[in-house]
Amino acid sequence: MAKYKQGLAAIFLTEEQALQAARKTREMGFQKFQALTPYPVHGMEEACGITRSWIPYVTFGAGLVGLSAGLWFTWWTSAVNWPINVGGKPFFSLPAFIPICFELTVLFAALCSVGSLFYAAGLPKIDPPIIDKDLSSHKFAIFIPVDEPGYNEQKVQEMFRALGAAEVKKAEF
Amino acid sequence: MIKRNPLVLGNKSLADVTNDILEPTETMPGKIWAGMMLSANVIFAGYIVAIALVISFGMGLLGVNHPVGWGTMIITFVFWIGIGHAGTLISAILFLFRQKWRTSVARTAEAMTVFAVMTAGIFPLIHTGRPWLDYWLFPYPNQRGPLWTNFRSPLLWDVFAVSTYATVSIVFWYIGLVPDFATIRDRAKNKIRRLVYGSLSLGWRGTARDWSHYEMLYLLLAGLSTPLVLSVHTIVSFDFAVSNVPGWHTTIFPPYFVAGAIFSGFGMVVTLMTLVRIGYPKFKDYITIDHMEVMCKIIMATGLMVGYAYGSEFFIAWYSGNIYERFAFINRAMGPYAWSYWIMVSCNVITPQVFWVKRFRRSIPVMFVASIFVNIGMWFERFVITVTSLHRDFLPANWGQYQWSIYDAAILFGSFGMFLTLFLLYLRLFPAISIAEIKPVLNVGKEGGH
Repeated sequence: MAKYKQGLAAIFLTEEQALQAARKTREMGFQKFQALTPYPVHGMEEACGITRSWIPYVTFGAGLVGLSAGLWFTWWTSAVNWPINVGGKPFFSLPAFIPICFELTVLFAALCSVGSLFYAAGLPKIDPPIIDKDLSSHKFAIFIPVDEPGYNEQKVQEMFRALGAAEVKKAEF
Repeated sequence: MIKRNPLVLGNKSLADVTNDILEPTETMPGKIWAGMMLSANVIFAGYIVAIALVISFGMGLLGVNHPVGWGTMIITFVFWIGIGHAGTLISAILFLFRQKWRTSVARTAEAMTVFAVMTAGIFPLIHTGRPWLDYWLFPYPNQRGPLWTNFRSPLLWDVFAVSTYATVSIVFWYIGLVPDFATIRDRAKNKIRRLVYGSLSLGWRGTARDWSHYEMLYLLLAGLSTPLVLSVHTIVSFDFAVSNVPGWHTTIFPPYFVAGAIFSGFGMVVTLMTLVRIGYPKFKDYITIDHMEVMCKIIMATGLMVGYAYGSEFFIAWYSGNIYERFAFINRAMGPYAWSYWIMVSCNVITPQVFWVKRFRRSIPVMFVASIFVNIGMWFERFVITVTSLHRDFLPANWGQYQWSIYDAAILFGSFGMFLTLFLLYLRLFPAISIAEIKPVLNVGKEGGH
């Protein structure tokens, strides 16, 4: 079970405020904060200092594994384990095996990429704490956990208010 | 400068978008929906009975026999798989081309893909004649040798292509739904609803880091689905093209099949979208007449490609100098099945020409009727390819007719019952427009938007 952290959350009503707040929070030296948005906000990754996702490397690797698995399996079954002469075609009929290899490449790559998202986002989470039920509809939030170095409740609260937060509250995330 | 039309009408706020799109999932269905659902269920029940009869009494109930060994099952399989292709085109290929209008229709088009592939998948399984042995189609270690499947056969390629396509389409669709399920979960008023949608949402909370990985995954799945969807209908066309039957053994088949698939799929998308717009008037702000117009243009463009393929086939049949190939095509247009050939040509080549006129591509009744004709035409295209080629091949001693039976008709019409049942349930249970995807494009075409 994932452990949830206590902290302070600020709710914002517009995308721009949330972006600005994320930028400011990062400038203040915080690193473990979370920005919650109902949809992917353009520029939020830069504002939070998030580096490019590593999932494409998994996709590429899994695709290669799928390709090799397809190639190996068609060869092993058709030419090694029980070779059968079909219409005089070679036991290892590479051109005829390409469709199988291609489909397995795509299948492995797609499923492993999805698995990577599950791993990266910690899914599935069972009944995780929700800061505000409108965060998946039309509100935005910045959450700073208490274990952030330099966390000071008073200071964080003041910063959030200055950024135009509609609401600042203690929360679990 | 050419001005962009807004993608979403009516100056919606973020909360409005959530409320509008979730309304069908949070209210009780009306009489129209209930009536449609009931009729779909009746047809679906009839379908189950027809399939049960065919499985218990055998394939002899259907019209397939010597020399026409492929009939309704294969024709309708190709038809439904083709329908699915437009959904992937909209969700994946138009995503890669950064066509922002796709957002409004992508979710429903993908749902159509998933249900169409599910409907299609049943046909080859029954067509094997002994569906209880269908697991033999997959290579698994067994005690008969082990005797493996023949990987040189296009029919086996099809098993891999269709099952991969079904898996990846479902996953792509589901990943798109996860954030929207989270929205429903957060708005849920009762426990069961919260539990069901909470489980479906996998506990999604939408942190910036999650979204960053999520968007990357979406792009990757779009990139993988694009060659996948092209490969699927290519491989379906190989089922025909790799044989040596005149009328089938042609190199034009893969692109011709893919264009036809997208053509018929868009026909189905337009049919369904006109119905969705009538059923949920609020969706007219999201699926605007501009969206419908673009889809009509695609129908016209792919219709022209299909028409070109028909012409090209005839030309090559003559130019090849192969007498069997020539005969197959003359027989198509003037033989005993000429009626089906001309239904195909008039529905697929002539009907879409109405969309040259702007007034018609922006008229819902015109596009509804035209899209139905497109689908009738595309079913007949597969009928023409399958039946006319088989019924008269090399040896006149082998010639015969296709004995269409009442069971063929029941299977064909029944499959619509299954598809519509699934689709109508989807409209009530899942958000029919992607909430998380439509919000970033709210400002497109507005003052200060991009």
